[in-house]
Amino acid sequence: MEAKPIKHLSKEESAGYDRKTLDYIRNAAAHGLYEIRGMGAKRKLPNFDDLVFLGASLSRYALEGYREKCSTKTILGTRFAKKPIELETPITIAGMSFGALSANVKEALGRAATEVGTSTTTGDGGMTPEERLSSKTLVYQCLPSRYGFNPDDVRRADAIEVVIGQGAKPGGGGMLLGQKVSARVAGMRTLPAGVDQRSACRHPDWTGPDDLAIKIQELREMTDWEKPIYVKVGATRTFNDVKLAVHAGADVIVVDGMQGGTAATQTCFIEHIGIPTLAALRQAVDALEDLDMKGKVQLIISGGVRTGPDVAKALAMGADAVAIGQGVMIAMGCNGETYCQGGQHHSAIADYAALGTAPGFCHHCHTGKCPVGITTQDEILEQRLEPMVGAKHLKNYLKTLNMELTTIARACGKQNVHHLEREDLVALTVEAAAMARLPLAGTSWVPGFSGY
Amino acid sequence: MENLTFDLAQTSLRELNQFLHNDAKKGEVDKVTVLNPDGAHNIAVGLDCPVTVEVHGHAGYYAGGMNKTARVVIHGSAGTGVGENMMSGVVHVKGFASNGAGASAHGGLLVIDGDAGLRCGISLKGGDIVVGGSVGSFSAFMAQAGRMVICGDAGDALGDSLYEAVLYVRGNIKSMGADTQIEPMSDADYAAVADLLRQAGIEHNPKEFKRVASKRELYYWNADANQEY
Ligand code: SF4
Repeated sequence: MEAKPIKHLSKEESAGYDRKTLDYIRNAAAHGLYEIRGMGAKRKLPNFDDLVFLGASLSRYALEGYREKCSTKTILGTRFAKKPIELETPITIAGMSFGALSANVKEALGRAATEVGTSTTTGDGGMTPEERLSSKTLVYQCLPSRYGFNPDDVRRADAIEVVIGQGAKPGGGGMLLGQKVSARVAGMRTLPAGVDQRSACRHPDWTGPDDLAIKIQELREMTDWEKPIYVKVGATRTFNDVKLAVHAGADVIVVDGMQGGTAATQTCFIEHIGIPTLAALRQAVDALEDLDMKGKVQLIISGGVRTGPDVAKALAMGADAVAIGQGVMIAMGCNGETYCQGGQHHSAIADYAALGTAPGFCHHCHTGKCPVGITTQDEILEQRLEPMVGAKHLKNYLKTLNMELTTIARACGKQNVHHLEREDLVALTVEAAAMARLPLAGTSWVPGFSGY
Repeated sequence: MENLTFDLAQTSLRELNQFLHNDAKKGEVDKVTVLNPDGAHNIAVGLDCPVTVEVHGHAGYYAGGMNKTARVVIHGSAGTGVGENMMSGVVHVKGFASNGAGASAHGGLLVIDGDAGLRCGISLKGGDIVVGGSVGSFSAFMAQAGRMVICGDAGDALGDSLYEAVLYVRGNIKSMGADTQIEPMSDADYAAVADLLRQAGIEHNPKEFKRVASKRELYYWNADANQEY
C-alpha cells in the first residue's frame, strides 16, 4: 500500500542562510561592490534600555517633580580653554555634514539648538554660513579629509573637535556618493562635482598620539588658547583611546558607540566594527577615573542616545553630556510617512517605495533622495524640510528629553542632573550588567567582578 | 616700519604667536625675527596679516600652519606639516622639510629648497608647492587641486588617488600611485613651471619637467576596477 502523502505544516528557513543573508549574497553577486547605506547599526545590542534607575524611597528621598529646582547647566572645556562652552542642557547635536544634510536642515539644527541653549557641530566638508549664523554655539570639526577646513572658520568657531573616528565606522573615512556632490558641496570640498567621494581615514599631517598632542597645541596656539579642543573617537579600544586623548591634551572627549549613525558607510563597517555605546561609556569613564581626570576632562557620549531616560542613564554612568544625531533627524521627520511643506502634510510613501523601502525601514541617506528632504542636495527634495518647521519639531524633541531627564533626576533625589550616579542604576540583563559593570537588578552581582 | 626680534631662548612661543595674531595685525610691525627656535613646534601658526617672519634655525611641527597672507621664512629645516592648510601667503624652508609638508594647503606658495619627506602635498587643495630637492613616498596622495613642482626625484606611489592637482617632476619617479599617469606638457604647463620656479627663486629649464595628473578612472564606483581604490 502506498504511503499517504504528508502535508507539511511548516517550512524551515535556515538560520544561517536566512532571507537577509540570501539578499546579501545575491546583491554581492550582482554588483561586485559592498553595500553602502546610512543610519547606524540595526542589529540588537545591549543598550540603555537594559538599565533601570532605583529611584528614591525610604533610604533616599525624592525631590518634588514640579516645584523643586533641578539644574541641567553643562560646562564643557574647563581644562585648558579660556572660554569653555556653557550650555543650558547636557544634550548636544552631533556632528553632521552639510553635504550629508541639506543647508535647510543645518539651519534648522542651529535654530533649535540656539533656542534650547545647546551646541551644534559641523561635519566633513566645512562650515556653512547658514549654520554659523543660526547657531549660538558651534563646534567646528577638524577631520582627516580637511575638506573646506579654513582658519577663518577656526577663529569663528566656539570649540574645535578633532575627529579621529566615528562609531559607525571606526578606522574608516567619510563617504559621499556622487548624487550628493552638488556644485555647492563640490565647491566647498574642492572636488569635481558628482564624484563618488571617499575621504582619507587618517589625518594628513599627524599620526599617533604624540603627534596629536602637537596638533592640539597648534589649534590652541592658533586660537590663543581660547577655545575648547574636543577629540572624537569611534568606540573600539575605548579605555586606551580615552587615556591617550587625555595625554594628548584634549579638553573634552567625545566617544561615539557603534549604534552611531552615518550618512553613507559600508554595511560591513556599520554592523561589524566597533563596540556598543554602553560598553564604551563604561570604559571611557574608567579611563578618566584611572587618571583622576573625571570632571577635569569632560566626556560626551553618543551613538544611539534617543530618549530622556537614555540621557539620564548616560549621565549617571559618568558622561558629562550626550550628542544626538539620528534622534534629531527622526524628530525632523526622518522615516515619517509625510513631510510638511507650505503648511500642508504630503505623503512621502511613494518616494520611499521608489527607493525600495518604506517609512520605518529607511536607511537610504546615501542615495541623496531622502523622501522627507533631510539628507539630500536635490533642489526639489530639500524644500520638503522647511527650516522653521524642522526647528520647531527638533526644539520640542530636545525639550521633552530635558524634561524626562530632570524628572528622573528628581525621582532619584538630585538637584542637578550631573549628580546622577552609577549607584542609581542596575541592569536588567547579564550582558548589560557585564558591559556597564553594574549589578544585575535585585542582586549584588556584577558579572566578572563580584561574587558569583 | 619696525623689525621686532623674539628670542625663543628668552621668550615663550605663546608670546610670539600672541604678538603675531594681535599686534602684528595692527600693521605696526612688518618684520619679525625669531632667534633660537630650537625645533619648537607651532611657530607662527594661524597668521592673518601680511607680516614677514624670519626664523633663524630649525622649526618643529606645523611652522607657518594655516597661514593667510604672511610670509614665513625658515632659515633651517622644518618638521612635520610645515605650511599645513595654508590659505595664502608664502612659507619658505631654506633647508629640508619633514613629512606632510604643505598638507591640505588651500592656497599660497610653499617653497622647500632641500628635500621633503613622506606625503609632501598630501590632500593638497589649491596651494602651490615647489621642492628644490626630492620628495618621499606617497607625496600628493589624494591631492585635489593646486600644483607641485618637484625638481629632484619622487618616491613610491606618487599622486596616489589624485584628483585635479597637477604634478611636475624633473627627476625619476620610483613608482606611480593608483590612477595617475604621465601626460604631455603643453605650453601652459611650461609657463606654469617657469612661473613657479621664478617665484621660488630656483633655476631649472621647464623643458626638463614631466606632467603627472589623474587618469580619473577612480572617480566613480566601478566593480571592474579591481579594488584599486
Ligand atoms: S528618511 Fe531620509 S534621513 Fe531618514 S533614513 Fe531615509 S533617507 Fe535617511
